Amino acid sequence: MSREVMEYDVVIVGGGPSGLSAAIKLKQLNSEINICVLEKASEIGAHILSGNVFETKALDELFPNWKELNAPVKTKVTKEKFLFLGKNKALSWPTWLLPKVQKNHNNYIISLANMCRWLAEQAEGLGVEIFPGFPASEIIYNDDGSVKGVATQDMGIDKQGNKKDSFESGIELHAKVTVFAEGCRGHLGKQLISKFDLSKGKDPQQYGIGLKEIWEVNEKQHDEGLVMHTAGWPLDNQTYGGSFMYHAENKQIFLGYVIGLDYKNPHLSPFDEFQRFKTHPSIKKYLDGGKRISYGARALIEGGLQSLPQMYMPGALLVGCDAGTLNMPKIKGSHTAMKSGMIAAETIFEHLKDKKPLSIYEDKFKNSWVYEELYAARNVKPSFNWGLILGIIFTGIDQILFRGKLPFTLKHKNADHEALLPADKMPKIEYPKPDNIITFDKTSSVYLTGTNHTENQPVHLHLKNPDLPISFNIDKYDEPAQRYCPAGVYEVQKENEILKFVINSQNCIHCKTCDIKEPSQNINWVTPEGGGGPKYGNM
Amino acid sequence: MKILVAVKRVIDYNVQIRVKEDNSGIVTDNVKMSTNPPDDNAIEEAVKIKESGKATEIVAITIGDDKAQETVRKALAVGADRGIHVKADGIIEPLAVSKILKAVVEKEKPDLVFMGKQAIDDDCNQTGQMLAALLNWPQATFASEINVKDKSLEVTREVDEGLETIEVNIPAIVTCDLRLNEPRYASLPNIMKAKKKPIDQMSATDLGVDTKPRIEQIKVEEPPKRKAGIKVANVAELVNKLKNEAKVI
Repeated sequence: MSREVMEYDVVIVGGGPSGLSAAIKLKQLNSEINICVLEKASEIGAHILSGNVFETKALDELFPNWKELNAPVKTKVTKEKFLFLGKNKALSWPTWLLPKVQKNHNNYIISLANMCRWLAEQAEGLGVEIFPGFPASEIIYNDDGSVKGVATQDMGIDKQGNKKDSFESGIELHAKVTVFAEGCRGHLGKQLISKFDLSKGKDPQQYGIGLKEIWEVNEKQHDEGLVMHTAGWPLDNQTYGGSFMYHAENKQIFLGYVIGLDYKNPHLSPFDEFQRFKTHPSIKKYLDGGKRISYGARALIEGGLQSLPQMYMPGALLVGCDAGTLNMPKIKGSHTAMKSGMIAAETIFEHLKDKKPLSIYEDKFKNSWVYEELYAARNVKPSFNWGLILGIIFTGIDQILFRGKLPFTLKHKNADHEALLPADKMPKIEYPKPDNIITFDKTSSVYLTGTNHTENQPVHLHLKNPDLPISFNIDKYDEPAQRYCPAGVYEVQKENEILKFVINSQNCIHCKTCDIKEPSQNINWVTPEGGGGPKYGNM
Repeated sequence: MKILVAVKRVIDYNVQIRVKEDNSGIVTDNVKMSTNPPDDNAIEEAVKIKESGKATEIVAITIGDDKAQETVRKALAVGADRGIHVKADGIIEPLAVSKILKAVVEKEKPDLVFMGKQAIDDDCNQTGQMLAALLNWPQATFASEINVKDKSLEVTREVDEGLETIEVNIPAIVTCDLRLNEPRYASLPNIMKAKKKPIDQMSATDLGVDTKPRIEQIKVEEPPKRKAGIKVANVAELVNKLKNEAKVI
């Protein structure tokens, strides 16, 4: 069946910081360019989750008058703390001994979701057409193999794949240039990287999972502008990760935990590590008497420059973390994502105007401050392969003494899905039961995300081999999907003594962790019906 | 035949409602909003009637702040022909809504007024009934099936006892149940087209309606949390507890 076609100069897939910045910058360069932004969430911002301590460098360039335009960038960082946690103790690390990249005194505590909503308003004001609730589900290619555009998801298909009465066919959006800005592990970006072999000669990408909660706390426990990070407990020396706690406006605390998805122990549950972390006395004291009001999780990029794929291909560009521009030691990716989108816009502007090849994107990127930042940051994450303590010592030398200028580059050796060791070789972890005051179970957490997927639709988590979870994963890894999924999507149930692998796809919060961590890469995340997924507020 | 459909912007049904810390209301900042679900059914039914050739024009109306316009746009994207946005801030009670709708009905002269049976935010379930009283029109509430006849409607209603079928003369008010139909999706090209459809702007004052609340809202509270259950050792203990603690037997 032929689908309806709409033509644009530029189609952008994803309404996050990189996609919206690309749209805005393009309109600023030439208001005549037709731009359409597709977003799978029911509204802009509803699938955005981030810390977020925001560096304004890219925003300053995009909107020098952002303060007058009332950007939701209000809470200046006033105080910083860094703690090494032991089980009951905490060692405070003097901030003057922190590397420069971890100092935040010129930065702001923001909600990235609200920031995106504001960017979308600015973009619409400039004439960009934004369509929330329309996931791009498919890449359309020209006969010569170049990217022609994307197709949106069909709506109104039932579980068996039949058309319902409400069926509405997806449409094709054709563009001179398509920009992929889906964020970490975009499901189209993944296909492009493989089809055009964009990761050739690069290290395997590295990922983390970030879990976040928003707490409303008592005035006494709130210190607006305080930024605190921790390393250490409850993770062991071999597992890369740490926490953030940002005291935002309205007596809210943004609390989160990030764990590298290269963890080795299949018994580890990122969700439960986060819950357990909150019981530490130096964290709990802020939360006591408060109320958890939001929860969410999202995978993030940690690979940096070594893993950054080629970002251009015939007819298309990858921007932000669909490529992987996050600066890991800085724990920030919003400003680099925005800048990568702005550079893409400049590239497309010159491409449309003077027919310059899209490959100038790479040159422009290499000459930008993003590249400089990522270059200086490149050795931090791989050094943690030696464990937390050696990693910190090396990072101190690399970042404080040499400012990232050491004359060598450490490599990321393995992909994250290769990292798990067999379950019987690794220690079991007993997680404490939730108390429903400070710690919670997955069900009540997922409830807070507002996630939903229309009931009668195909499962959007595809198993390449549907038998693998029971025939292989159970024995070897005790099916880790039960634990790495932060939303309880995957369960192993026993029915008449027969084990069954159950996918509760309605619970999915679109974090993409399963697509990354499944040891045999057996799970493929595809777009569900438009508007499905979490409904994050000010995440 | 002309159909006026009233739609309301409410907090999305998937969002967990949160009470403001000072108990003055619920949190609406940065919260996903959508069209009140049964209002979607009302629009869908109007569009179906128009598609069957029995109606010629569908006008979607909403009352609320600037952002409420999105709700009218959505109605336009699934088939309404034009929109009306009555600007009003704060809580607009069902009586004020009915008075505004009455004023608009007198201007627009529709043959039918459709709306959802109730809004999922205040659950009042009053507007349709009040409007019928103000206009002195027949009403068919909780409609789960509508058959358009020459000068009347045959409406099946969802009532406590089961289904009730009634016939009402046109003009009439119909409030729609979720079982009435399955609302269609707005397609991308139709959303584009909807951007070009006209939306008339007016205010409650223009229509001569005083929207001042008649009800004073004193406090909004979360329902009390359910206590965790306990295990009893035997039947005797259970009976004892039911008698002396729960006092239910």
